[in-house]
Parts: sequence; C-alpha cells; structure tokens
Amino acid sequence: MSEPRIGLRDVQVEKGRRTVLDIERLDVSGGEVLAVVGPNGAGKSTLIGVLGLLEELTRGEVSFGGEPISGPYLAYRRRMAVVFQEPLLLDTTVEANVTTGLRLRGVPRDERRERARKWMERFGIAGLADRSARTLSGGEAKRTSLARALVLEPEVLLLDEPFAGLDEPTRLALMDDVGGVLGESGAATVFVTHDRDEALRLGDRLAVLMDGRIRQEGTPQEIFAAPADEEVAAFVGTETVAPGRVQGVVDGVASVRVGEQVIEAGGDVATGDAVLVCVRPEDVTIGPPGDGGPTSARNRLPATVTRITPAGPWVRVELDAGFPLVALITKRSVEELSLAPGSAAVATLKATAVHLIRRQETGDR
Amino acid sequence: MDLIWDGFTEAVELIFTGDAYVYEVTLTSLYVSGTATLIAVFFGFGIASLLVFRAPPGRTAALSVFNAGMALPPVTVGLFVVILLWRTGPLGGLGLLFTPTAIIIAQAIIATPVITALSFVALQSVNPRLRLQILALGASRWQAGLLLFREARLALLAAVMAGFGAAISEVGATIMVGGNIRGSTQTLTSALLLEVQQGDFETAIAFSLILLAIVLLVVGGLTVLQQRGSAS
Repeated sequence: MSEPRIGLRDVQVEKGRRTVLDIERLDVSGGEVLAVVGPNGAGKSTLIGVLGLLEELTRGEVSFGGEPISGPYLAYRRRMAVVFQEPLLLDTTVEANVTTGLRLRGVPRDERRERARKWMERFGIAGLADRSARTLSGGEAKRTSLARALVLEPEVLLLDEPFAGLDEPTRLALMDDVGGVLGESGAATVFVTHDRDEALRLGDRLAVLMDGRIRQEGTPQEIFAAPADEEVAAFVGTETVAPGRVQGVVDGVASVRVGEQVIEAGGDVATGDAVLVCVRPEDVTIGPPGDGGPTSARNRLPATVTRITPAGPWVRVELDAGFPLVALITKRSVEELSLAPGSAAVATLKATAVHLIRRQETGDR
Repeated sequence: MDLIWDGFTEAVELIFTGDAYVYEVTLTSLYVSGTATLIAVFFGFGIASLLVFRAPPGRTAALSVFNAGMALPPVTVGLFVVILLWRTGPLGGLGLLFTPTAIIIAQAIIATPVITALSFVALQSVNPRLRLQILALGASRWQAGLLLFREARLALLAAVMAGFGAAISEVGATIMVGGNIRGSTQTLTSALLLEVQQGDFETAIAFSLILLAIVLLVVGGLTVLQQRGSAS
C-alpha cells in the first residue's frame, strides 16, 4: 500500500460527557476507497467531520500526506471535498453551486465553467445548469452536491451517506455513477454508510464503526467471513462474501465463477462483470457427500468442514467449498450428519439465495 | 375637504416647482436617515453574526436586550443623547448637539436594535450545517460569512427596511437632539410637525407626501431586490 494520504492517530472526540469517537489509528491511501459501515449513532458523521477538519478533537491528531496537520486548516480543507448526507446547496443556480468551491479558490471564470460543465455532464445534470437549486428533486440535488465536490479534484474525498433518502432506482443509478468516478479520481476516499450493500459495492476496504470505535477493519471478505465479535456479526450479518466473475447469463440467471466453483445466481449483472457473491448462512443447507437426489436448488457444492462453532441455539459450520462458505444449522443436524472438522459434505444453496453485488473495476484500484 | 384638496394641490406644486425649503428638508432627511441606517446595518449585522456564529456566553440575554430595544421609546433615546452631548455632558466638548450628526447618532441608536434582532433571526434560520458545508468547500471565515449572508439575504433586506423605516419616521428624538433648526437640522418629520403647529397645512402635506414617496421608493426598491433574489 502506498503512503497514507490521510490518517488519524489516537483521536478522541467528546460531546458533553460522552465519547462519540475514539480511534487509535486509521489510514487511507490515494486511490483507495475506505467504506465505513456502522449503525445510526455510531459516530460516522463525526468521523467525516474530524477528517474534514470540521470537528474539534478532544485529543489526537489528523495527518495529511503522512505529516500531522499543522497551521491553518484552510490550506488543508482546500485539498479535500466533503459531501454531506443532505445536499446543502446554496440558494442559487446549479452551475453556481458546482463552481462555488472553485470560486472560493480563485480559479478563473473560464476554467470554472469548463470544469463545471465536465462534471455536470458526468453526473447528468448539465441540462439543469441554469435551474435554481431550490427547484431540484432529491436525486438531482445529490448529483449537484457530488459534482460540486468532485469538480474540486480533491486529494481526499469524504462522503457522508451520499445515497441516503433516495428511491431505489435513483440510488442504484447514482451509485453506479459514483463508483465509476471514484475508480478514476485517485482521491483517498472515505465513504460512510449504514448500508452494507453500498459499502460492499464501493469500498476497497471496510471498517466497522460502532459506539465511536473501529471494531474491525479489512477486506469485505475478511469482515463478513470472520466478524471480530458478536456485535459486528449481528450488524454485518455472518455472510459468505466471495469475489467472483460472471461467466454467462441465461434467462436472467448468471453463472459465476467463484474460486474453483461455478455458482448460479440471480442479479442484474452481465457476462464479464466482477462481482461479490453473498450468501447468508441460514440459506446454506448441508448434506452428506454424494447426496444427488433431485432438488430445485441450483448449486450443489462439494465441501470440507473446516470449523464448527456454537452460535446460540444454532451451530455455525465453516466449509471450504473452493471458497470459504458459512452455514448456520441446528445442533441436531450436526449430530445426524456426524459433522466434524475435516469431514466431507455437500453444501446446497438456491440460486435465489445468492446475492450478487457488482463491483467497479479500474486499473488503479 | 377643501383644506385637504387645497393642501394637496399646493403640495404638488411645491414639490414640482423645486421649492428650496422643501428640497433642503428632504435632502437633510435622506442624509441623516440614510447614514443612520448604514451605521445601524454595520453594527446590527456585525452583532447578529457574532451572536449567531460565535454563540458567546450570555447570547440569550444579549438577544433579549436587542429585542426589547425594538420597542425603545425614541424620546428616551433622545434624552440620553442630549445628556451625552450637552455642553457639560461626557461628549459635550465635541459640540455635536443640534447638528445633523446628533440626529444620525440618535436614529442609529433607534435603528440598531431593530436591525440586530431581525438579522439575528435571519442568520439563525440558515441551516447550521450549511456553514460546515461552506467551510468544507474551502471558504475562509470571511468568505463563509459572505456566503451565509447571501443565503439569508431576503430576511436581511427586510431587517434593513425595518431599520430605515424606524429611522426616517422618527421625530421625537430628532427634535430633541437636532433642535429642528431650519436649514440645518430640520428633517421631513420635524419640519412637518412644525408646519402643522403653525397651521401651514399645504407645506405639511407636501412634506408628508415626500416622506411617503421616499419610504415607498426605498422600501419598494429593496423589496424588488429581495424578490429578484428569491427568484434566482
């Protein structure tokens, strides 16, 4: 990994007498997207405020380019851009909103207009340039807010739940656009969200923030396959998340290569797409090896049991099916199937139980 | 009815024939009330932004004082300014009593609480997170202040209109500190009062028409500006 573009060291923020953020260390490099996922009240917006130098720290320091931040914040803020959950547009036209940051930096008028046009086109709002920001729909306002941030070509991009409050088609379309832009921008991006799908779709790396602390940090696979504790597991869901690639799509059913296996799944994907294959453990059934009776389930995967752990009234069975797969079954099933680490089994899952998340692929990510 | 009609026609004649007395009084009025409003805007906007953006301790108490100041009796202000500027008063040495400057001071004191209190509400009604967004866009404190003032411009213009209205319509303090001296400190309101006392209703009506016209023009102009702003 290259040198961190922005980072936190031993940061604590207290509000009233409550510690709302307590982070020992956090680093994000240029071109990397760190998705911070956590429930409401976890401290996600405070984290964005701290990184954007908009929140006062009780202790600790923010570093930029590997060096602790010193001197006036303005110079650093002008190398960053923040998109808040609310679009927070100024009461003027769309174009004037998009160029605000450039105007504040003294960028000449012609350059401002040219850069604004490029980013308004990129976000599909070029036709709204002269419209009053007050008359925009929620989706248009979010697009304007994103264009206003990205037109600055920031070294650090901070996104605070930018897709919240949008209807599903608008949210998915905007996520697609943002995914494409993030891949090209080269900015160190911190993206906070309470939505796991959004985090998986856009994040290169995930951090789970709960009660102001980063409880776990790693790749999506690491976090979903091995949650650090019960609370993380309860929040993220103990899913199987494995990277794969779509080999073909027939009648809306995709064949996805995952490790040594090919899995059938439904989803809005196309041949060649890189995807994350997500399976909830309660959707995985386990049978004895060679169990070949007729079934409607499309995926029958020979597997080896690697670990068995009790999980309340259930048992969590980790399998190696050519990729790590987790199943949640009853204690009685474990006994009847005589499952133990090393034993062979067949894992079965329906195509409808497999959730595909399309991933943005770029050369520099 | 004759009195009103005669007064009205003669008033129109005085205005359109360029009567020196009428014009002199009008210009004095515009000068003192315009200057007083500008001073009140300077202090009012400044104090309101300090109270809203810095939220100093005692903010509510200060705001209560300015809110109460909106109902400040002008004659009380006049009395205190007279005492201040009286020959033996603390600022007596400046020789400002019975000058246009004294009227400007009194009117500014009357208009400042009005503009401060209304500007406070105007600035406070701007989404507080917008200030963070503006800072995040790379604004310096001054740039952020200007952008936030622009956001609140409609309500701020209303505050300016109210302040100007309070200044130009004021008469009690104006006479107390200005002395109603013809050719020097006579304003439209104080001259109007004098003319009524002397029974010269034609001139009094002329002054009142001019006063109404000024209020309509200035406030109307600001309203047009305000509504243009709201349509952008």
